[in-house]
Amino acid sequence: MKPTVQITRRTVPNLWDVMAFLLVMGLVTLFAWGSRQMAVPYTPGEQIPLSLDPTHLPMYALRTVLRMVAALGASFIFTFTYATLAAKSRRAEEILVPLLDILQSVPILGFLSVTVTGFIAMFPGSLLGVECAAIFAIFTSQAWNMAFSFYQSLRIVPKELQEAAVIFGLSPWQRFWKLEAPFATPSLIWNTMMSVSGGWFFVVASEAITVGKTSVTLPGIGSYVAQAILDRSLSAIGWALFTMLLVILIYDQLLFRPMVAWAEKFKFELTESQDAAESWVLTLFHRARVLRIAAAGVSQMWDALTQRLPRLPRRPVAFRETSPLLAKLQGFVWYSALCCGVTIGAWLVVRFVGSGVDPAEILKVFLLGLITLARVMILLVLASLVWVPLGVVIGLNPRWATKVQPLAQFLAAFPANLLFPVAVFLMVRYHLTPEIWTAPLMILGTQWYILFNVIAGAAAIPTDLCEAARNLGLSGWRLWKKLLLPGIFPSLITGLLTASGGTWNASIVAEVVTWGNTTLTATGLGSYIAKWTEKGDYPHIVLGIAVMSLYVVCLNRFVWRRLYTISQTRYRLD
Amino acid sequence: MEALQAQTSLLRLTNIRKSFKKNEGDEHLVLDGVDLSINEGEIVALLGRSGCGKSTLLRIISGLAKPGSGDIVYCGKPVKGPTQGLAMVFQTFALFPWLTVLENVELGLDAMGVPQAERRRRALAAIDLIGLDGFESAYPKELSGGMRQRVGFARALVVEPTLLLMDEPFSALDVLTAETLRTDLIELWLERRIPTKGILLVSHNIEEAVLLANRIIILGSNPGRIVTEIKIPLSHPRDREAPSFRQIVDNVYELMTQRPRDAAAKAEVVPISHRLPEAHVIQLAGLMEALAAEPYKGRADLPELADQMGFGVDKLFPLLDALETLKFAHVEGGDVELTPSGKSYVDADILRRKEIFAEHLIRHVGLAAHIRRVLDERPGNRAKEDRFLRELEDFFSEDEAESVLQVAIEWGRYGELFAYEEGSGILSLENPASSEI
Repeated sequence: MKPTVQITRRTVPNLWDVMAFLLVMGLVTLFAWGSRQMAVPYTPGEQIPLSLDPTHLPMYALRTVLRMVAALGASFIFTFTYATLAAKSRRAEEILVPLLDILQSVPILGFLSVTVTGFIAMFPGSLLGVECAAIFAIFTSQAWNMAFSFYQSLRIVPKELQEAAVIFGLSPWQRFWKLEAPFATPSLIWNTMMSVSGGWFFVVASEAITVGKTSVTLPGIGSYVAQAILDRSLSAIGWALFTMLLVILIYDQLLFRPMVAWAEKFKFELTESQDAAESWVLTLFHRARVLRIAAAGVSQMWDALTQRLPRLPRRPVAFRETSPLLAKLQGFVWYSALCCGVTIGAWLVVRFVGSGVDPAEILKVFLLGLITLARVMILLVLASLVWVPLGVVIGLNPRWATKVQPLAQFLAAFPANLLFPVAVFLMVRYHLTPEIWTAPLMILGTQWYILFNVIAGAAAIPTDLCEAARNLGLSGWRLWKKLLLPGIFPSLITGLLTASGGTWNASIVAEVVTWGNTTLTATGLGSYIAKWTEKGDYPHIVLGIAVMSLYVVCLNRFVWRRLYTISQTRYRLD
Repeated sequence: MEALQAQTSLLRLTNIRKSFKKNEGDEHLVLDGVDLSINEGEIVALLGRSGCGKSTLLRIISGLAKPGSGDIVYCGKPVKGPTQGLAMVFQTFALFPWLTVLENVELGLDAMGVPQAERRRRALAAIDLIGLDGFESAYPKELSGGMRQRVGFARALVVEPTLLLMDEPFSALDVLTAETLRTDLIELWLERRIPTKGILLVSHNIEEAVLLANRIIILGSNPGRIVTEIKIPLSHPRDREAPSFRQIVDNVYELMTQRPRDAAAKAEVVPISHRLPEAHVIQLAGLMEALAAEPYKGRADLPELADQMGFGVDKLFPLLDALETLKFAHVEGGDVELTPSGKSYVDADILRRKEIFAEHLIRHVGLAAHIRRVLDERPGNRAKEDRFLRELEDFFSEDEAESVLQVAIEWGRYGELFAYEEGSGILSLENPASSEI
């Protein structure tokens, strides 16, 4: 009876409790106040007053964070349902997984352009519609990735654990919470945290958006910056940057690190890892006595609740037997329905795009895509040339690696679009051509993925191999060619894959930048989508988005996935 | 004793058949006509070489897999899925790494809907019983292998199973730990401190089976069927050194190596349809050297050899099979003897060894000779491995075909009969020394 004894003994709160309590209550109050602001009355066309006074920034920052939290909640619900369905039903899997793959390739701001008017119509007379559109855009930046991770984890739950769960008679509900969800947790948490990091970029971009006649600004850091750009106020931009820096710092410390450290517990490994992630916040919560007891209480209540759920009797027949004829019939119905759906979908797209777009335009859009593709690839190569050597040097030095790694993760989370005005200001002042100089903006935020993956890869090269190389007298270029480059190859590919996706997404906001009434435009698919979004011309938007998705899908299939397979078979270090 | 057994049969399998689908719709037979019963008060050990279907059989008994045909009756009722009263201990422990020892043990009770207080009481009792007290709040990764398997036992015993299934529960543990755990288990069983009425142990360790079981069932392979059954009349605790014990062990070895006497391995050339054993060249060389050296001087008693090398059936038998196939050794009556060519292999230097190996390979292994012939006939002396895999799949399941080809490739590369490139899967006659640089 040990654990219950522990609970009745020593319930006096300790100092850690006080701190943890204040932290939790502070957050709850903030969120309660902020969410009340989200549903205020609003009519389309109405301008929401925005002040450039820095004292308003904390409130704006809170609104921005709340959008993020709401989107994250929605993403989790989506992940648990969609991915579980895909993993459990073979029929569903056949359609859901390719669908997810395509959705991942659709530019996120594209979703925003297409859905904003619909959402406004859904909540007439309230700001909630616009909020929903922004939240949906952020959701699209997180959900696909998270669902994919969860689905893949569910597919590789170790066979013997599944067998144990079956033999000991766990119900599907228990199996999900005791086996499948915990097993998927480390990978899901990591992907969630990466998605949230990427999400800051889109939350900022989605707060000030114009689709045709609907021009909406939601109070937040993004719209504050948009206003500052209009007013050409460098100082306001400075304040916004500073505030965002603080927000990301708090996110990093209060959410990212504790979550990743907590997920360590669920890692499926039988030896304790040496360099487990740590977080002071998690330590604080572990040391807080009353809080721990409260947590135990909650988990007991949860237990009691699930125990009371109507229990399905242990299924007397576990092997489902459907007659082959019935199975064939079901298959026939399913695939016919699928074919119908696909045909109708294709027809709708062709008709819709055809109604407003000249067929010659399609070729032009493909050429624009080629230009953006060239930008993306050149940027990735350039960024690799810079960050691979640096990352390897840092990664090989454990002391530097532990310091630089979190910094690079932090920088990856920082929304780079907040820095765009500064760059545009410089471009305008020195008359730089946007065709070339807007390009670095595209990779400003995503290059860090390359850096921290390379650091992780270099740090993971076994010391044995390094010592053997030194012992054999390998040095200089030969050392890089024979050991270091092959050693980091898998992580470099992971980094490039993430960076590539982010860079395509950024092209929509980076190829068109403004400062006051000066607008700099670079030729490309990103600026094409941005231009038609502003005019509110849906056939052109859909065409642009479709072509960009096509490019991303092909790039993933024919370049990244192949490289990834090679890296996993030939260059895996284990 | 006889009367007691006759009245209470815990589990009875009749005419179990199981096959897996191969890619072209053919069926690959894994188990055929298996009849087996376990009576109350019995420990039954199931012995067999790897790939004989003993794991599949265990999964059918536990309700994890469905038999192709045949009947399973457990406590008078047909088994059609996971059944209450059956618990399993896994080779790899199968503990949930995110649950503490206590939570892992409570798992089955939780699933049965036992109220929390009761659940905790029973789990703690099981933990005490198996000698885990003090580790209730530890996570599995903090424990050593032996302690982990104790958790596995506690988790199985806490649901008070009528029949306990054990899937090679000691094989992932070191020798000392395994022995302690075996002794503890047999004590609990003999002193009736666990309500379990019967145990089915799947093993590839002959001594372990003789040490624990009342009855040993030997499963032959391709397809798996019961070859023979041995009763062990010794009383517990058993003395490994007693002559009667050694006699039974010898006997089992002889029975288990008997099968190939008339089978393919004894043939002059083994056909392509022969399942080449998974044996690495370096292990073969090591075993031959050990056999040639003191104290065996070319001839060894199998139990003694296995004991000295610390090998179970799963490791020793494939090596013996390989040596027999290559005509480097000869197994008979529970003994293994090096052939003259086996001896000359041991005496040769590295290069000469390769030559001898290549000669034997091409002369006695049909698959190796076949690959070489195809490569010789082809204009570019190159062929894809898939080509051979397709041929092998006429005789084996997909996985088996792959493993057989792997073995042939490893042997062929060592003997320099042909070369192989993993990335492209191409077999060729190229000499790597001349093609590179």
